[in-house]
Order: sequence, then structure tokens, then C-alpha cells
Amino acid sequence: MRIALFVTCLADTMFPAAAKATVTLLERLGHEVVFPPGQTCCGQMHINTGYQRDALPLIRRHVRTFAPYDVIVAPSGSCVGSVRHQHAMVARGAGDLSLAARAEDVAGRTYELSELLVDVLGVEDVGAYYPHRVTYHPTCHSLRMIRVGDKPLRLLRHVRGLELVELPAAEQCCGFGGTFALKNADTSAAMLGDKMRHVLETGAEVCTAGDASCLMHIGGGLSRLGSDVRTVHLAEILAASEA
Amino acid sequence: MSTFLGMPATAPRGVGHLRGDESFPEAARKALGNEQLRRNLAHATTTIRGKSGAVVAELPDWQELRSAGSALKAATMARLPELLEQLEANVTAAGGVVHWAADATEANRIVTGLVEATGHRRVIKVKSMATQEIGLNEALEAAGIAPVETDLAELIVQLGHDKPSHILVPAIHRNRTEIRDIFLREMPGVDPALTDDPATLAAAARRYLRETFLSTKVAVSGANFAVAETGTLAVLESEGNGRMCLTLPDTLITVMGIEKVVPTWRDLEVFLQLLPRASTGERMNPYTSMWTGVTPGDGPQEFHLVLLDNGRTAVLADEVGRQALHCIRCSACLNVCPVYERTGGHAYGSVYPGPIGAVLSPQLTGVADNASLPYASSLCGACFDACPVKIDIPSILVHLRNEAPHPRTERIAMAAAAYTMDRPALYARAQHAAKLSRHATRLPPPLNGWTASRDLPQPPPETFRDWWAAR
Ligand code: SF4
Repeated sequence: MRIALFVTCLADTMFPAAAKATVTLLERLGHEVVFPPGQTCCGQMHINTGYQRDALPLIRRHVRTFAPYDVIVAPSGSCVGSVRHQHAMVARGAGDLSLAARAEDVAGRTYELSELLVDVLGVEDVGAYYPHRVTYHPTCHSLRMIRVGDKPLRLLRHVRGLELVELPAAEQCCGFGGTFALKNADTSAAMLGDKMRHVLETGAEVCTAGDASCLMHIGGGLSRLGSDVRTVHLAEILAASEA
Repeated sequence: MSTFLGMPATAPRGVGHLRGDESFPEAARKALGNEQLRRNLAHATTTIRGKSGAVVAELPDWQELRSAGSALKAATMARLPELLEQLEANVTAAGGVVHWAADATEANRIVTGLVEATGHRRVIKVKSMATQEIGLNEALEAAGIAPVETDLAELIVQLGHDKPSHILVPAIHRNRTEIRDIFLREMPGVDPALTDDPATLAAAARRYLRETFLSTKVAVSGANFAVAETGTLAVLESEGNGRMCLTLPDTLITVMGIEKVVPTWRDLEVFLQLLPRASTGERMNPYTSMWTGVTPGDGPQEFHLVLLDNGRTAVLADEVGRQALHCIRCSACLNVCPVYERTGGHAYGSVYPGPIGAVLSPQLTGVADNASLPYASSLCGACFDACPVKIDIPSILVHLRNEAPHPRTERIAMAAAAYTMDRPALYARAQHAAKLSRHATRLPPPLNGWTASRDLPQPPPETFRDWWAAR
């Protein structure tokens, strides 16, 4: 299958390993990955901070860039959530009904990585090998905005060598929330504190998730604590292999 | 009759409790520093969450019930004026008197006037969000009338000269030792040997309230529902204090937000299932009291209904935001909210705390007056899943953020970011510039909030698009 990669601005700039792993994984499964040039950012930060007018050109760009592709994947639940639930809404708010219709069309072909693997490609065992003790944090947007459910866990359970440990209060928000972490830094830090405590309680070596943003937040906190628990994107675990 | 001149009015300033003195982040910072408060809140919300989750799971048709509740509310809002007129006609026909209050000031004037007309100087109150919203107790006190809250938690708050911090459990931020101290200090006729045993505390409150119920002739209540087709009002409560207030006095005055109307008696069936399970985690609430006008020789012989707008028509005029009027004040969204759990209710500056408060208060007052509230959420979406009438709180938050006034520096930064991101060449250059900050582990203000408690990741030597191009 020919799959267009929506890399997301955060993975592109700060966490290219997650995006590279997505490519490696899909190619290993026998698919062709293309990187549509001209893509930048889905505009989620602007929309969620209250700047829908500024987000509009970014939405136009995103829709234009990805319209030619049948299947689009992003290693980010929250960016897929924005594409799926916000693009058409912002376009409608601006009175651009044709953009709204095209945005809905692109949204219908856009998948988060675990959705693509399980629902579209029909695989749960991606042939990965990752001999570590891992805990999974189901990020809020993956869990409640696009509802990936237990797909990431099903994928992780098939990874050879991986010991999956349950995260206490897993469904509680880590406190990132985009600009929430800046605008309400103290509350965000309090939420992060509890999330880190739960991660540490598991005794895991690695905390994984489907969103680079939440991992950046949790990883930044763990690093400040001096903990050696690493945060690793789900794509990197699934792309890891024995050789 | 006044002439309608465009946008409907929002709740007035200087009266009632919809606006705080501080922004949410400032107020939250203080609350976060209070360890006892955080422990009390985490304990209480976790307990209610567990209880509610268990009884919700018992109903195989919970999702259908939510959809039914949501649809009933939407249908009601679509013909609100007509239903309110029907309610007025039926309350009047049953011997009640209906008053229309455009805002808090008018509602307070009406109620104060009604109490003064009875010649009594004390009223007993059934816990009511509407009267909290308009600051009725303060208005009554200013007129020399003593309001006595009869809900136990509300009484604790009143005696403690405190403010409620939860819709359902106003004293959620207090533990029993604190409550004992308040009773000892403030409760008339209390036993000085009072302990902090919950049963003993409840007994002390009961003794005090019994005496008050039996000697007070005027009561003020809110309403959970009002049935348009019959003119029936309903109050749901757990302690029985409400029933005492609704039946013992000679005069009953009910203050009700105009969104509380339901078209028919049958509609109650859905809400009477949704509310207690979502709210207190009970299958059915212990006391459901309903009354229709006055009945000669039984119950209050004078009944007044005050229909309160106070910004609600303005909310109704907003296509996205109007869903907030569907709220049945169950407080389920508070109990699952990770922000509320850490900051408590006072940080929201309004009688409506938590996720629903973050969307309702700014709409009632106009967003500019509560501009920090739509940001008092990480948009985690837990509130949406918990809401028994399916209010899409995250979407309303995003909508209100778009209406909120923004700080100038943020406006400039956001516009610049969008400009860059819409130009791939410029964007790639900006990505490379990020590498120059490789050794900056702390950010300058206003971004230092981030690095106060987290380390910044180091930008990688190569962006993904560089890697892809070189491949
Ligand atoms: S918004 Fe929904 S969950 Fe929150 S108090 Fe209202 S009805 Fe309950």
C-alpha cells in the first residue's frame, strides 16, 4: 500500500526518531511510504489556543498537501484528532464550506499509527523485538478524541521480549495539554508529578505513548527528577527488531 | 416592555458570584500550595468517581439514556420561550405567582421584597446554585433578613464564612476536624464537648436545624426541574432538609434558572435516572420532592416562582456554547477533572467550578470578564465522557478561547508562527534555528513556566525532512 506520512511539526523538528521509525516499520511490512512536500503543521496549537483565524491557512495547506493520497498516517493521536475533529469545524466557522468538505474528506483517510496497523493493514504482530520492561500511557487525545482503545496495547503485547506493565491511573491526563503547560504551569506540574509517580511505581525502564508531545512533557519531568526511565514513542518500539 | 437591541445582556457586575478577583492561574497557584486541600480533594473525588462509575456500569442502556437526555435538552432549548410561558400559565393556574427576573439584581430585589412582605426576618434555604449565583444571601442580609442554609455541607460553608467549592459537595475542601472547629465556633447552642466523629457532627447539625425548621415561616429553594405541562417544580436531595423547607413554612419562594424547564412529566423519567447515578453515585436519590402551586391546608399557602435569566439568553444565542445550558448540575465533570482535582473549586472564582464552570461562567458574564477560565483545562476530554447529558465541554472551551481577548505578545507570536508554518522554506530555516538553542535547558519568560519543572529536550542534529531528503 502507498501511505503518505504526515510527520507532524513536533516529530519533524524535535523527535525525528519517531517519524523515522514509522517509515522503517511500514517499509518492513512491505508498504511504500511517501513524504508529501509542503507539509508543515496541522494548526492544532493555534486552534486550541484560540487562534482559529491564524490556523486557517495551515488547514488549507494541510488539506491541499494531503488531498492526493488515499491513506495518510501520523505518529500522533493529537494531530490526527485535530485533523479529524477540528479542521472542518474551523473551516465552517470561517464560512469556507468547500474547505470544510475537503477537510472532512482528508480526515476520513487520516489514521494514527496504531489505527493504521490494526484497522487498515490488519496486523497486530509487526515482528518487533524489544527486550525491555515497558509501561504504556494512553494519551488523552488518543484515548478520548480519536478513541484508539486498546490497539496500542494489542500491538505491544505481540512485541517479543517486551514485558508490559500496567500504569496505575493510566487514563489520567499527564498535564501537558499544549499551551496549558505554559498558561497553567503550576497545575500542569502538579498533574505531571502524579503521572511520574505512577510511572516510577511500575518499575518500568521505558514509558511509551502514541504522542511525542506528552512524552516530551513526561520525559522532561523524569529528566528533571534525575530518573533513568526513558520515554520512547510507540513507533520506535514497534520498529525495533532483533538484528 | 423593553425593546430588544441586539445581543442579549450578560450577568451584571458587582452582584452575585460568577467572577473571581484573580485569574485562574493565580488562584490555582495558591490552592496548589495547600497540601491539606489537595489531599481532601483527591480523596473525595476519587471516592465519588468510584461510586458513580460502579452504578453507571450497572445500566446496560446508559449511553442511550445519555443520548436521550441530550436530545431532550436540545429540543427544550429550541422552544424555550414557549415552554416558559406554558410553565407560567400552569403555575399561575395552580395558585402560584410567577416573576421574571432579567438578572441577579432584579431577582434579589424580587425575593427580598417578597420576604419583607411576609413580615418575617429569617428564611430557611434549600441548597440552590441559582441563589448562590445571584448572591441572594448577601442581598437578604443587607436587608436585615437572616438566611439559614439547611444542606449540611452548605451550612458548614455558611458557618465557616467560606465559599462553596463544589456544586454538589460545597464543603468538599474541608475535613471533619475542620468542620468540628467551625461548629464549635459558630453553631448556636452547640455542645462544647463536640468530637470530630461524623455521626456526632451530623447529630449536632440536626439538633440545630430541627429547631430552625420548626420556627421559620419562609423558605427559599432552587429547582432541579420544572415541568411545563403541569407547572410542577422538583427538588432532588439526599438529607431530607429540602423536604422540611418545602413543606413546613407558610411561604415558599423558588428561584430557578430558565433552562431548568422540561416539557413534560415523562421527560423526568430520563433525568431522574441520569442525575443521581452521575452525581452521587446512587441508583436513586433519597428525596425527590415535587409540588404544583399551592394546596389548601397542606404545605406552604403562598408560592412564588422567580424565573432567572442572568445571561442565559446570551448563552442560548451562541450556537456552539448553548449546550452549556443543558447542564443538570450533577458535578460528574468536576469529579473526573484532573485540573479541578488539584486546584479545587475556589480557583474558578465562580459558584460554577470545574469544567462546566470553565464554559458556563465566561458565557454568563461575557468572555472578557472570565478570560482565563476557558484555558483552565488541558482538553483531556474526561468531562465530556462523564457528562450524563453529553455536553461537549472540550469543544465549547476551544470555541470560547477563540472569543477570548488575547495578550498582545501572544498574538504576535502566534501570528508569526502561523506565517512561518505556512511557508515551508522559512519553516525549515526556523527548524534549524532551533538547534542553535541546543544548550538552553531553561527558557526565558513567559515560557519559563515550562522549564520550572521539566527539562527541555535537546533538538536533534537532523530534522526528519533533512533525513528524508538525504535518503
Ligand atoms: S456539565 Fe454535565 S457533568 Fe458537568 S455538572 Fe453539568 S450535567 Fe454534570
